[in-house]
Amino acid sequence: MNIDGVSTGIVLDHIQAGKSMQIYELLELDKLSCSVAVVQNARSTKYGKKDIIKIDALIDLDLDVLGYVDPNITVDIIKDSKLIEKKHVALPETLTNVIKCKNPRCITSVEHGIDQKFRLTDKEKKIYRCCYCDAEFKV
Amino acid sequence: MENRNLISITDLSAGEIDEMIKLADDIIADPEAYSEACRRKKLATLFFEPSTRTRLSFEAAMLDLGGNVLGFSSADSSSVSKGESVSDTIRVIGNYVDIIAMRHPKEGAPTVAAARSIVPIINAGDGGHFHPTQTLTDLLTISRKIGRLDNITIGLCGDLQFGRTVHSLIEAMLRYENVKFVLISPEELRVPSYIIDKIRDAGTEYKEVTKMEDVMGELDVLYMTRVQKERFFNEADYVRLKDTYILDAEKMQLAKDDMIVMHPLPRVNEIAVEVDSDPRACYFDQTLYGKYIRMALILTLLGIGRNGKKA
Repeated sequence: MNIDGVSTGIVLDHIQAGKSMQIYELLELDKLSCSVAVVQNARSTKYGKKDIIKIDALIDLDLDVLGYVDPNITVDIIKDSKLIEKKHVALPETLTNVIKCKNPRCITSVEHGIDQKFRLTDKEKKIYRCCYCDAEFKV
Repeated sequence: MENRNLISITDLSAGEIDEMIKLADDIIADPEAYSEACRRKKLATLFFEPSTRTRLSFEAAMLDLGGNVLGFSSADSSSVSKGESVSDTIRVIGNYVDIIAMRHPKEGAPTVAAARSIVPIINAGDGGHFHPTQTLTDLLTISRKIGRLDNITIGLCGDLQFGRTVHSLIEAMLRYENVKFVLISPEELRVPSYIIDKIRDAGTEYKEVTKMEDVMGELDVLYMTRVQKERFFNEADYVRLKDTYILDAEKMQLAKDDMIVMHPLPRVNEIAVEVDSDPRACYFDQTLYGKYIRMALILTLLGIGRNGKKA
């Protein structure tokens, strides 16, 4: 399957197979006016299968979202068909408005207009806790 | 004090807690010196969830400091019943008073309030989450009855899952040297994992048991709690678990002569009335200490010292 290369834009590579649509939704890529290609189950020498997202413009990306979904993602910034920067992401220390607290007793379940904030409390186990009620969220 | 709010007991350093206990000791020794300390100051008690003793304790504390009190005692009698948010309620009331004590059934509500408030916020209980002024009360009680806060084996008994007083007390006691926790609860009401993680991270000794008789003789403090009906989604679970532990005169015979029995109150069945006359029972003294430590807290957050002078 062939998808045109990006001349100026961003390629999100090495996405764990099956996670591209989650990223598409979290980054709200449907709201962009430029071309966006989502490639699922592409061949990967490292992982066997991977997903790729190609964005045909240089936009501001929330790297925290990417780090949360899959810390192995690489972000390639391409200008005039040349790779000018390769960024690696990591599990972020805080998450704002990426995930929602599932504790029905949490204030965020009733109070409108406040951010859904989580902090990383266990890097190894990938555990976040709600900044309001301390409820656990496992990645 | 640097932090103007008290949301979690961990907002206070061990040094700040010690200072507050010292201040409470001074108030107990000479209440007259503080009787006009908060003259012309107002405390709002915003109780979105009913409570008798905590609200009255805050109000008595402010009145004994010569200040005034206003507020509401249930969400029904506030603008919340019209759908107002916590943020908006706090923004409005902050314009009328100098300090706010709030209780809310939703966990984390005081954090939201503190982010919006122009006056200090005291968390007077947020759901099953935190209840830091109960913890300050407990620390003052232990300090006055046992004479120290370190080198203590403390047994926590009953509903350790939803019992917010227990969670806050554990977090506070972790700061002191050589504290051991004996966690006595049914399997279903064990201390949540995030609190256990904190005990482990602090390197503090603890054990979890289901039978109180097995550990009575080890304890310096026995902290009893009520199985709270309002924390259960399922009535059948509440009925099954509510009478798991009942402290009576027979069980008290297994305890040390100088052990103290504490309880945040109200109690239902978990302490038999016959225990009240035992000199080791100090849960009613605990409520009085609650007023004194809240006086100390209000003074600290407002930066007021003896005789109303700037602290």
